[in-house]
Amino acid sequence: MWRGNLQLLLSSIPLAVRHQRPVFRVRGPVFLPLNLRKPYTPQPERKRFYQNVSICQGEGGFEINLDHRKLKTPQGTLFTVPNKTLALAVATEWDSQQDTIKFFTMHLTTLCNTALDNPSQRSKEQLIRAAVKFLETDTICYRMEEPPALVELQKNEWDPVVVWAEKRYDVVIGSSTSILGPSIPQSTKDTFISHLASYNTWALHGIEYMITQLKSLILAMGLLDKHLTVEQAVLLSRLEEEYQIQHWGNVEWAHDYDVHELRARTAAATLFVHLCSESSTVKHKLMQD
Amino acid sequence: MATLGPPLRTFRGLLRELRYTKGEAGRSYQEMAAYQYLKEAFRVHRVTSEKLCRAQHDLHFQAATYLCLLRSVRKHLALHQEYHSGGERSAEEVAGLVGLKLPHQPGGKGWEP
Repeated sequence: MWRGNLQLLLSSIPLAVRHQRPVFRVRGPVFLPLNLRKPYTPQPERKRFYQNVSICQGEGGFEINLDHRKLKTPQGTLFTVPNKTLALAVATEWDSQQDTIKFFTMHLTTLCNTALDNPSQRSKEQLIRAAVKFLETDTICYRMEEPPALVELQKNEWDPVVVWAEKRYDVVIGSSTSILGPSIPQSTKDTFISHLASYNTWALHGIEYMITQLKSLILAMGLLDKHLTVEQAVLLSRLEEEYQIQHWGNVEWAHDYDVHELRARTAAATLFVHLCSESSTVKHKLMQD
Repeated sequence: MATLGPPLRTFRGLLRELRYTKGEAGRSYQEMAAYQYLKEAFRVHRVTSEKLCRAQHDLHFQAATYLCLLRSVRKHLALHQEYHSGGERSAEEVAGLVGLKLPHQPGGKGWEP
């Protein structure tokens, strides 16, 4: 029956066309069959196809040159960054790739691409709302009830940061041991919304990335205000894990791997926000007699 | 305000990281544009008569953050290549990772083809 149907279908196509077989062209990297490669092998990386990396000043800002080609974003727009320091840092990332390009180590490039392409198509208000939403589930506001040593540790390490944030922004935050988290008053959220509104879109992309990495708005604010260093913020963000490591031991390929990745991501986001939001004015001091 | 230690130590750390990034390519890190830029930035902002100069602290914070970025990326990449770049491990490798050996039976186990 099915064969009959097929012939019926085919018969409506002229004979001349029927002999032309469709040609499928395979594009991109050729994949080995599954039984020939090791399972879960990562995709082959792209070779370093350039020799020299340099920066130049264009109309929209600073651009990156790989040999004589201009760097572009994944969506094909020209890669331009607003200031020279950021451009140099991105160029250094490209220059430090050895034989293959490892995109997972190029955090600043990734952040710039996100800000340039804005793949999620979000406006400034949406970015701010997403950032402040994190306050309701902020890591350092959730406290444990047992074991006592961890309770003590969280109290000693997290309380000073919360107190600093309450003083600095003149808000009420508090902490909670319930699963629902602390009840944050609306005035606190409004304060943070108006504070974040003073940043530009580029910086907000970085801030959102920072918050989602640290799982905490308050720690991100500490970094923005230069109250905490990146190492301190990452330690505070991973406090419970660090406690468990003290108890059960450290595994290099899981714990150290995570901590370095988190530090790299957080540091990249912090640097990105600081470079994108500053207006670089250098005042040279005059000698006074 | 975060305490960062002496700026010279941060500068030395940055130079060390730049040296690592260019270590295997055979070129000197002193040819990098970033090296020239960092040297200049540290030199220009070195002298100040204030006890705590805001601008200097800002720059030092950025430098320390950049140092943290370079150092963490290097260590992360090293761990990645050591443990996570080769796909799934064989049973022997997994056992070796936690300090064990697979049982060995001379003459086979009897069920092999």
